[in-house]
Amino acid sequence: MLFRQKIFAIVASILIMLVVVELVRRRRLREEYSWLWLLTGGVIILLVSWYDLLVFITHLIGAIAPTTTLFIFGLLFLMLISLHYSIQISKLSHQVKEMAQQLAILKGHVEGQIDPGP
Amino acid sequence: MLARAGEEKILILIPAFNEEGQISSVIQRVRKEIPEAQVLVVNDGSSDQTEQKALASGARVLSHPFNMGYGVALQTGYKYALKYGFDYVLQMDADGQHDPRYLQILLSEVKDEKADVAIGSRFLGKGEYQAPLVRRIGIYLFGFIASLLSGQKFTDPTTGYQALGRRAIEFCVDDSFPGDYPDADVLVMLHRAGLRIREVPVIMHPNVNGQSMHSGLKPLYYVYKMFLSLFLNLLRKQYLVR
Repeated sequence: MLFRQKIFAIVASILIMLVVVELVRRRRLREEYSWLWLLTGGVIILLVSWYDLLVFITHLIGAIAPTTTLFIFGLLFLMLISLHYSIQISKLSHQVKEMAQQLAILKGHVEGQIDPGP
Repeated sequence: MLARAGEEKILILIPAFNEEGQISSVIQRVRKEIPEAQVLVVNDGSSDQTEQKALASGARVLSHPFNMGYGVALQTGYKYALKYGFDYVLQMDADGQHDPRYLQILLSEVKDEKADVAIGSRFLGKGEYQAPLVRRIGIYLFGFIASLLSGQKFTDPTTGYQALGRRAIEFCVDDSFPGDYPDADVLVMLHRAGLRIREVPVIMHPNVNGQSMHSGLKPLYYVYKMFLSLFLNLLRKQYLVR
């Protein structure tokens, strides 16, 4: 791996992690959503700086160039993050549905729509 | 609970989304058919005068703050029915396709014949309902699969013209009730939960303004979703309603 590639990967990872931490500090991003991003940055830094580990994993997964390993893991992490969001969106949709239904029933009650009899 | 002893409460549930043209006449005909029932319109975030027209026709109206889908609107009605102690729910569409003359027949099926769910079928001999070919194939296909999975013959699994008894209402307020298109998958779920379902022949009229819920690319998604839903139901643990 070229020295320049290493520098670039490390600088990019550190920048992303700094942005994430800053967003959490300003309360623009909630803590529970930050860990996957920080983990992604951390793993890239680890792989780049511990070159033997990167080479080992490259052999393990059958890749040829160590940079491929970095790309693959970057992509995997992005996919996991997307999946994580899909799960969150499903959960939120369910909560919105429950709220809309309760709101409709309560609103009917408040506006006198609901009383026994035909 | 508001139910008095010895008196059974009936709710007529009409989910409606932008149906200002038909809703008044549907409500009037329904009220004439079963005067002792309460008519509830679940207005699913309509942008037209559906809510006002339903109120003016003497129905009770629950309004979603935004459009949530047919199944969610139905479930809002079930939750209302359960909360206020109704014994039976008769559900029908707001577009005038379902002939209110069959409400009594559907009701007596759950009331006297002790079925948990009675569904109105277009294809049991009464009337000549002319659905487009693609729709007929879809209905036949999912009817076939639902029949296969449940061991009971279903000729019209997509029908929204149904009567539900107390056990079925309790089952349908569960989170597993689908929000978009509840039909064949719900029938299989109900059957697997040990509820008795009966089909009743009804007449359905062609849609007056021609706009179906299933238009554009939605039928494709519908087929995909129904297969997935039917398949996943089989993988889930079977749960019985006592």
